[in-house]
Amino acid sequence: MLATEGLIIGYGGRALTPPLDVELRAGELVCLIGPNGAGKSTLLRTLAGMQRPLAGHVRLGGDDVYRLPAVELAKRLAIVLTERVDAGNLSAYALAALGRYPYTDWRGTLTAHDEAVVRAALTQVGAAPLAARPVNELSDGERQRVMIARALAQEPQVLLLDEPTAFLDLPRRVDVLHLLATLARERRCAVLLTTHDLDLALRVADRLWLLTAGGAFVAGLPEELALNGALGGAFRSEGVEFDSAAGAFKMKRHPCGPVALFGEGLAAQWTARALERIGYEVHWADPDLPLRVEVSALGEGAVWRLNGAHSPREYRSLAELIEQVQVP
Amino acid sequence: MPFAEPSGPMNETTAAETTWPRLGLRRAAFAGLLAALALAFLLALMLGSVSIPFEDVVRILLGGEGARATWTDIVWKFRVPKALTAALAGAALAVSGLQMQTLFRNPLADPFVLGVSSGASLGVALVVLSAGTAGRLLVEGLGLFGDLGLAAAASAGAGLVLAAVLFVSRRVQNTLTLLILGLMFGYLTSALVSLLIYFSAPERVQAFSLWSAGSFGGVTWSQMRVFAPTVLAGLGLALILPKPLNAFLLGETYARSLGVNVPRTRRLILLSASLLAGVVTAFCGPVGFIGVAVPHLCRSIFNSGDHRVLVPTSLMLGATVALVADIIAQLPGTGQVLPVNVITSLFGVPVILWVLLRQRQLRGSFAG
Repeated sequence: MLATEGLIIGYGGRALTPPLDVELRAGELVCLIGPNGAGKSTLLRTLAGMQRPLAGHVRLGGDDVYRLPAVELAKRLAIVLTERVDAGNLSAYALAALGRYPYTDWRGTLTAHDEAVVRAALTQVGAAPLAARPVNELSDGERQRVMIARALAQEPQVLLLDEPTAFLDLPRRVDVLHLLATLARERRCAVLLTTHDLDLALRVADRLWLLTAGGAFVAGLPEELALNGALGGAFRSEGVEFDSAAGAFKMKRHPCGPVALFGEGLAAQWTARALERIGYEVHWADPDLPLRVEVSALGEGAVWRLNGAHSPREYRSLAELIEQVQVP
Repeated sequence: MPFAEPSGPMNETTAAETTWPRLGLRRAAFAGLLAALALAFLLALMLGSVSIPFEDVVRILLGGEGARATWTDIVWKFRVPKALTAALAGAALAVSGLQMQTLFRNPLADPFVLGVSSGASLGVALVVLSAGTAGRLLVEGLGLFGDLGLAAAASAGAGLVLAAVLFVSRRVQNTLTLLILGLMFGYLTSALVSLLIYFSAPERVQAFSLWSAGSFGGVTWSQMRVFAPTVLAGLGLALILPKPLNAFLLGETYARSLGVNVPRTRRLILLSASLLAGVVTAFCGPVGFIGVAVPHLCRSIFNSGDHRVLVPTSLMLGATVALVADIIAQLPGTGQVLPVNVITSLFGVPVILWVLLRQRQLRGSFAG
C-alpha cells in the first residue's frame, strides 16, 4: 500500500536513517517506536508527503506521494497530528465533515453521500453522541476520536497518526489503540502510528517499526523484536533493561541483592513486582538463596512467609512483608 | 461519561437514534439578517439633520419627488451614497476581520493587523501634514477632485503595504512571522506619522485627525465608481473562500493534508482582506472595531465556526452595524455629526462585552 524505496529521511542535509525499504500493508496496524530524537515524527511526516526526503521515494499504491496532486493525496492518505486543534466554534460534526474536503465542490457543500460517510465515521469511532457538541468543549480523548473520525471521513487507504495517545489517560489509550486496530481490520486500511507506549504497542500492533537513536531501522512482529533483542537494544540506557519475558522495561539496578520467590498465581506475580520495585533481583524458586519468600493462597487472600537471617515469619499482607524487607 | 463505547460499523439503529446537527446557514437567519440590513438602510435614508418620512424616501427612491424639493437632493446627493458607503465599508471590514482572525488563528486580529491602515495613515499624513512644496502642490493639484486627494494618498499608502505583504507572504512560510512583520510595520508608520504631526501646523493636524476619526460621508458618487467595485471584488473573492478558511481552522498542516494549496490560498485570503481593509481605510479613514467585533458577534449569535455561515452573516451584520453606527453618529434631529469611530466604540463595546460574557465563547474559540 505505502512503500518506501531507498528512503533517507532527515533535514538540513543531515540524514537520520540509512536508506529504508519498507512497506505498510492494507489491513495492518503498525506502531513506529523508538527513543526521542530518533526521527519517528520525521519519518511519519515524510511518509505523509509533508517533508521531502533527502533521497528515495514514498509510493502510495505505486504513485510517488510527492508527485500526486494534493487533493488526490488527501483522498488516499489522512493524518492525525499531536498538536491540539482549537477549531473555533466548530461542532464535532462540522470538524469531522472537514474530512470530506477533497471530495466536495468549491463551496464545500456536503452531498447526502458525504453526510453518510461523516456519520458512519463518527459512529465507528464512538463519537456519534458528541456530534452536536462544540469541539472546544470536548475532553482530549473525545477530541482525539473526532479527529480520527475526520481522518476516516477522507476514506483513506493509509492513516498516519503522530502519537495519538500522547495526552490520554491509560484507559483512553487502550481504547484508542483498540479502535485503530479495529479500523485497520474492518476498513482494510493501513494504519501507522508513532507511540511511546511500548507496552501497548507490543499488545496491539501487527508489526513494529523500530527506529533507534543510532539511526538503525528494524521492522518485524512485536514478539520477534522482543525475542531477538532488538527492542532491548534500541532502548538500552543506564538503569533500565528490557525484560523479554514480561515484555516490559524494568529497573536494572538491584541494590538489595537477590531474593528467591516461591509461589504461583497473581499474588506471587505482584509480589515479584513489588520486590523488584524496591530493588530486589527476583529469582523464581531458588532454594539456595539466603533470602526466600513463599507466597501461598489462604482462603480469599494470601499469606507470605519470609525466610532470612532471622527465624521465619509470616505476614498477612504484602505491605507488611515489603515494610520488613525494604532497605531504608 | 467521557465517551461512548466504541461501536462496530454503522448500523441502522444507531444512525436512526442519533440526531445529527445540520450544517450551513438557516434560511430564517439569512432572511432575518437581510431584513435588518434593509431596515437599517431605510432608516439611514430617513434620519439625519432633517427627518424625511418613510413614504417620501420611498417615493424619491422610485424616481419621484419628495414633499419638499430639497429632500430629493438630500436623499440622492448625500444620504444614498453615504448609506451605500457605510453598508459596503461595514461589510468589507467585518469580512476582512473574519479572514484575518482565521488566517492568524487569533481572536484579536482585525483588518489592520498587517499594517494596511498604517500605510494609508502614512499616505494621508504625508499629504495633509507635509508643509513642503511637494505636498502642497500634490494637495492643490488634486484639489480639483476635492477629497479624492486624500483617498488617493491613502490608497497609495494602503496599496504599497498590500503589495509588500503579498510580496513577503510569498517568501515567508510562517504565518506568525507575517503577523509580527505587520505589527512592526504598523509601529514604524505610527512613529513616522507622529513625527510628521510633531512638525506640522495645528490646522493641518486638525485635518489629519478628522480623517483618522473615520467618516462614511466623504464618498461622492464619482468616488463611488472606484470604491464600490473594489469592495465588491474583495467581497466576491471572500465569498469563494469559506471552504479553505474552514480547513485553515485546523492549522496549516492539516489544511495541507486535506488537499488545500496552502500558499496560494493564503495569498488569496491576504489579497481579499487587504483589498477590503485598504479601500475602506482610503475612503472612510481607519474605522475600527467593526472588523474585530462583528465576526465574534456572528460566532455567538449563530453558534457556529463554519465559514460558510460566518462569511455571509459577517458581511450582512457588518453592513447593518456600520449603518446603525452612522445613523447614531448623525445625532438625528440635530445639526451635529460625531466621528464614526466614537460611535462604534461607545455603543459597540458594551454590546459586544455583554454578548461575549454571556456566552463565554471567545475563550476557546482559537488556540491559546
